[in-house]
Amino acid sequence: MTDSKSRPDRVAAHIAALPRSGIRDFFELVIAMDDVISLGVGEPDFNTPWGIREATIYSLERGRTNYTSNLGLLSLRKAVCEYVAKDFDVRYDPEKECIITVGVSEALDLILRAVLEAGDEVVYHEPCYVSYPACISMAQAVPVPIVTHKEGQFRLDPAELEKAVTPRTKAVLINFPNNPTGANIDFAQKQAIAEIAVRHDLLVITDEIYSELTYGERCKSIAAFPGMKDRTVFLHGFSKAYAMTGFRIGYACGPHDMIEAMMKIHQYSMLCASIMGQEAALEALRRGRNDMESMRREYRIRRNVIVKRFNDIGLSCHLPEGAFYAFPDVSSTGLSGTEFATRLLQQEKVAVVPGPAFSRHADNHVRCSYAVSLDDIETATSRISRFVAGLTA
Amino acid sequence: MNTDDMDQLLSQLRRNARLPASQLAERLMMSQEAVEKLIAECEAEGIIRGYYPLINEDKCADKKVRAIIEVTVRPERDLGFDRIAGNLAKFNEVTDVTLVSGSYDLQLIVVGDSLQDVAGFVSTKLAPIDGVQSTRTHFVLMKYKEAGFQLEDNEEYDRLKITP
Repeated sequence: MTDSKSRPDRVAAHIAALPRSGIRDFFELVIAMDDVISLGVGEPDFNTPWGIREATIYSLERGRTNYTSNLGLLSLRKAVCEYVAKDFDVRYDPEKECIITVGVSEALDLILRAVLEAGDEVVYHEPCYVSYPACISMAQAVPVPIVTHKEGQFRLDPAELEKAVTPRTKAVLINFPNNPTGANIDFAQKQAIAEIAVRHDLLVITDEIYSELTYGERCKSIAAFPGMKDRTVFLHGFSKAYAMTGFRIGYACGPHDMIEAMMKIHQYSMLCASIMGQEAALEALRRGRNDMESMRREYRIRRNVIVKRFNDIGLSCHLPEGAFYAFPDVSSTGLSGTEFATRLLQQEKVAVVPGPAFSRHADNHVRCSYAVSLDDIETATSRISRFVAGLTA
Repeated sequence: MNTDDMDQLLSQLRRNARLPASQLAERLMMSQEAVEKLIAECEAEGIIRGYYPLINEDKCADKKVRAIIEVTVRPERDLGFDRIAGNLAKFNEVTDVTLVSGSYDLQLIVVGDSLQDVAGFVSTKLAPIDGVQSTRTHFVLMKYKEAGFQLEDNEEYDRLKITP
């Protein structure tokens, strides 16, 4: 018999040091229960629009089951670059400045690994998507968080950004509209961030996966600001806007040398994104716009309902300008976000994600996805209301 | 009347005409009074002409027979199709009248108690009307989707309960 104790510790130190995703822990708790209404899901509740699914099936019928170019289908890259030019106001060459990836997750990993060396710093804002600090650490660099606040509607304060920049800062990673807060930034804030990037010669990595799901005025990408195209890598994908999470298709647009470096890693590790997913993505860009817009209208309605109800219950909640998350402050209940989420799940069978999953400074908050039906939002908020009333009774 | 508000109101009512004004107000970020006023205006101006339930007829005990009738019509000087279409619409048996482009002019939906009933209506009432040149009757066998709703949902969907 081999004794596991006698085995050497084979896990690399920088991997062993990664925290488990806080979401995973909570997930284990939730799956053990029946009849839970979950506001914990970071994906659309819509099925992929039928036209996109049907086009995917047709591509299989035609025998489109092979590898593609490492960069992805040229037809898709052309469609992506046209779309980015039209909707984000920045032009890229589909032959040299665009790569199709396995979701934005892979694109983020690629760009971080492509540019970072041990000891480099990457400034990003928290609360944020769970993978940002982990991916920076996996690239052997140092994650430098800037905490965003409820009072500032979770927008990135350019002054705070400038304070966080050091001679080791190599890149700034931003994500607006934001998961988990729903925050967005406007023209002036993008301009201020762009000026800082130029002043300190920083690379900007912008994750715009929620950009279509913007409920106010939609502003061009930070990549479109003066002096920014050559120092910005624009990340986007199909998961959220087109309800295509399972297809796993994302993309990066940026300067040729950045895309080329990303392509090197991608060709040796992933080879290419699945052709079925790429065919589906092409159809989404060609004919998916109406479906996307009707889903956005629906999210907006749901946002209005959930935010009003949280504020009526006494859980202070700013009006999210994008994505499909509300991020209420639960401190009025006397509970931390983690206690709130745990007790709410046990007493009322409603799952929300505790704020610390997204930042250790966010324990006054919980993330509530409104990518669920209005019926579920109404039932869940009624249960939350009863739960909160029970706490103060 | 704000047309953006009205579009949003109508799109909510198209999906559920029974939503109370309080719920509509939450969804549209308006006051309940403003919603009630907007609905009243839509009704007064004839934009909203009525509210009716969406029924899966296959599940009703009282099974009616439905037919789609293609009618070609000789248009009239000055009036075009309007007078004949208006007269066809007056029959209680006729539930829908639509002027269409293509190989025929008017598409009717006719409801009756039996095949004979519908066929009798077509041959004794519809076809003899002056100006009606021909009819083609298609009996409805099965309805799959109406007004944007699938009548039988055939999709399963199993999401994870928590994802990042």
